[in-house]
Amino acid sequence: MLARAANNLYWMSRHIERAENTARMLDVTYRMSLLPYRVLEAGQEWADPWALPLVITGRATAYYERYQQVTPDNMLYFLVFDATNPSSIYSCIQSARENARSVRGVITSEMYEDLNDLWLQMRKTDYSQIESKGVSEFFYWVKLQSHQFRGVTFGTMLRDEGYQFIRLGTFMERADNTARILDVKYHTLLPSVSEVGGAVDYYQWSALLRSVSAFDSYRKVYRDAITPMKVAELLILRDDVPRSLHACMNEIYEILRLLCDRSQLEAERLAGELHARLHYGRTQQIFDLGLHEYLMEFLEGISLLGDEINKDFLVPAYTSNTAPADAATQRQSSSQLGLQPLE
Amino acid sequence: MTITRSPTTFGTGATLNQSSTNDALRHHPVSLTWFNEMYDDGAAPREHYAAYAEWLASKPLEFMLQKQKEADALYARHGITFAVYGDETGVERSIPFDIIPRILRPGAWKKLSDGCCQRVRALNAFLKDIYHGQEIIKAGIIPAQQVLGNNLFRPEMRGIAVPNDVYIHVAGIDLIKVGHDTFYVLEDNLRTPSGVSYMLENRNMMMRLFPDLFARVAVAPIDHYANVLLDNLRAVAPSGISNPTVVVLTPGSYNSAYFEHAFLAQQMGVELVEGPDLFVADNMVHMRTTHGPQRVDVIYRRVDDDFLDPLAFRRDSMLGVPGLFAVYRAGRVTLANAIGTGVADDKSTYIYVPDMVRFYLGEEPILQNVPTYRLGERDDLKYVLAHLPELVVKEVQGSGGYGMLVGPAASKIDIETYRARILGHPASFIAQPTLALSTCPTFVDSGIAPRHVDLRPYVLSGKSVTLVPGALTRVALREGSLVVNSSQGGGTKDTWVLEG
Repeated sequence: MLARAANNLYWMSRHIERAENTARMLDVTYRMSLLPYRVLEAGQEWADPWALPLVITGRATAYYERYQQVTPDNMLYFLVFDATNPSSIYSCIQSARENARSVRGVITSEMYEDLNDLWLQMRKTDYSQIESKGVSEFFYWVKLQSHQFRGVTFGTMLRDEGYQFIRLGTFMERADNTARILDVKYHTLLPSVSEVGGAVDYYQWSALLRSVSAFDSYRKVYRDAITPMKVAELLILRDDVPRSLHACMNEIYEILRLLCDRSQLEAERLAGELHARLHYGRTQQIFDLGLHEYLMEFLEGISLLGDEINKDFLVPAYTSNTAPADAATQRQSSSQLGLQPLE
Repeated sequence: MTITRSPTTFGTGATLNQSSTNDALRHHPVSLTWFNEMYDDGAAPREHYAAYAEWLASKPLEFMLQKQKEADALYARHGITFAVYGDETGVERSIPFDIIPRILRPGAWKKLSDGCCQRVRALNAFLKDIYHGQEIIKAGIIPAQQVLGNNLFRPEMRGIAVPNDVYIHVAGIDLIKVGHDTFYVLEDNLRTPSGVSYMLENRNMMMRLFPDLFARVAVAPIDHYANVLLDNLRAVAPSGISNPTVVVLTPGSYNSAYFEHAFLAQQMGVELVEGPDLFVADNMVHMRTTHGPQRVDVIYRRVDDDFLDPLAFRRDSMLGVPGLFAVYRAGRVTLANAIGTGVADDKSTYIYVPDMVRFYLGEEPILQNVPTYRLGERDDLKYVLAHLPELVVKEVQGSGGYGMLVGPAASKIDIETYRARILGHPASFIAQPTLALSTCPTFVDSGIAPRHVDLRPYVLSGKSVTLVPGALTRVALREGSLVVNSSQGGGTKDTWVLEG
């Protein structure tokens, strides 16, 4: 298929997945902000639950360019509505719809209508509506819309190459996000020693699990108190948890094997390597290395893989005397909205 | 349901100066009253509208109102939009769709369809001729200056052979109806005519809104349009290609007709490409795919000539493909429509089309032109300047209803401003009488009221010259307005050709 079309499909699903993840993250933040927590020590402002989303998305610099303080109102506006923030839910939905629009002949009309409708509704929504209906209600709606779009895609689209690029985008974005959310435990949730096992600690962990819809799974799998080791195992190594790193890499590796067919491309090799580390990894190794270090390494790997996918499929540069490759390359950089490295 | 039948209070209509020296006008007297396509003068439905009128009468106004709302919502949701140039507020808008169909009798359609095909065959022969032997100029039928001095004439195309001698793969012929079976051709669109997606989507919408209607009225189907188009495009592939790759080339998602480009590509099951998706290597055009370069044989391009190839035409074009023209000239890729068709649909060439029909086909034209004044001619200019309030004046190379003067609807100031423009360069303008465009009942705020309509059927060539039994009907939604362009507040209707 056309490389540009593949690129748009890939980013369409990444943008939708990102909108969903942002909603999940903000919802958890909101819930956690309702918990009583200790007065922050000086220099520990980042430990404010409302600062979490900035750490996770790596958007702190952009935020502080606009606001001086972290407040719930500012954060919600910045991450939900701000059209100048390419990672806001508003921008993600807009970009997904723009991506869909430029490949509307490649996706089914149900998919386009669903996304177009989502965009029209998002455009009509404003902050006061969210406040009056309830913040959680809105995040629930965003999540549901994302589920719905995946469902429409799953239920209507031909299982062709385009479908594979859509799935690839979803899992690349999801893997990235789950790793970032987990890493937050290192940054912020890390309680002082006395609080380990305490009520606040418990709520923080359960909120984190809920944000990736894994709370019930945890209880089913472990029937035990929540411990960092087990959460890491659940969200990194278990491949039966749909948002875990292992589950995402299963999909990514499988898709790339399909897409590479018989040709040997770096993207497939790299995906295989990342996959093998999860497939054959042990929890103890993760903690020996350090959870944060482990997750950083993974995020770097995912980012490299993204570059290889670009090179091999989405923005190929052919060697030809007359073919100008720069036009396509320029377009790529503008559609690669808001994927910022962790700060 | 009651039908508002308020007489149109619009201006003086088509008053003609009988002392005019213009022969064409004397031979084509124009009716002074608007022809209502659905109802006769006694307010009874015409025969071919009877079944629909009976159905409509059984429906309460609220029902229709509900359906109209439903249609509007569906169009917004489908994202069936057009962009308006020069409008900063709305990047995209839905084009207004009117739920009352326009119905054509089978007999009337037969004549129209034959007439349009005849016209396109003649225009195509004209293009082949002017880019080769120029017999029509030698025969003294069209002045050389008219062709060679026209800036839409492409000298680069001289001597280039195109597959099957087809230049005009897709033509949109704009017609108006002024009497029972009297149609006039208003203009030919031979470059990249748009609107066919609305013809097709309007039918889908009607079938979705009123499925029972289609059981009552035998409407000829049109949804094979994309198949016919694809068949024709495949038939004009460069020689020696057995299984040609066809693509649709769009300027991109910000183009006003982008929806249509995507729609047609999808309906034909071919790739929708933008300029940067294509590149030239080894004297072939390729597209960039996820599996490497793939050769492209036929390009249904919706990019204007000027922007197709920065190496051959406008250097600043970002929409085109460098080197495309060289490959085209070598016959290794086909462009549809061909380069250089604009010279044949120019409004100053339009008046020669009946002569082309006689010259190339040896036939009498089935469809008439609207009588037209050429302002480059002294007598015509004099007459037009004396009668501006009655006439419609257009720029020869304008399109989309931009920059035209509708005399009866214009203020004194508008007219004087326009007069100054004409005097600046008279030869850039033509004028036509304000014609009594027919009206069709249309759903508007006040209920159902007559509004003016035109008709654009799409003629396809490649294998053969044909058209599907349908057309785009555009309707001027504002009361009294004669301008049907979507950029000027026009809407569309589903157009039914009855199976006869």
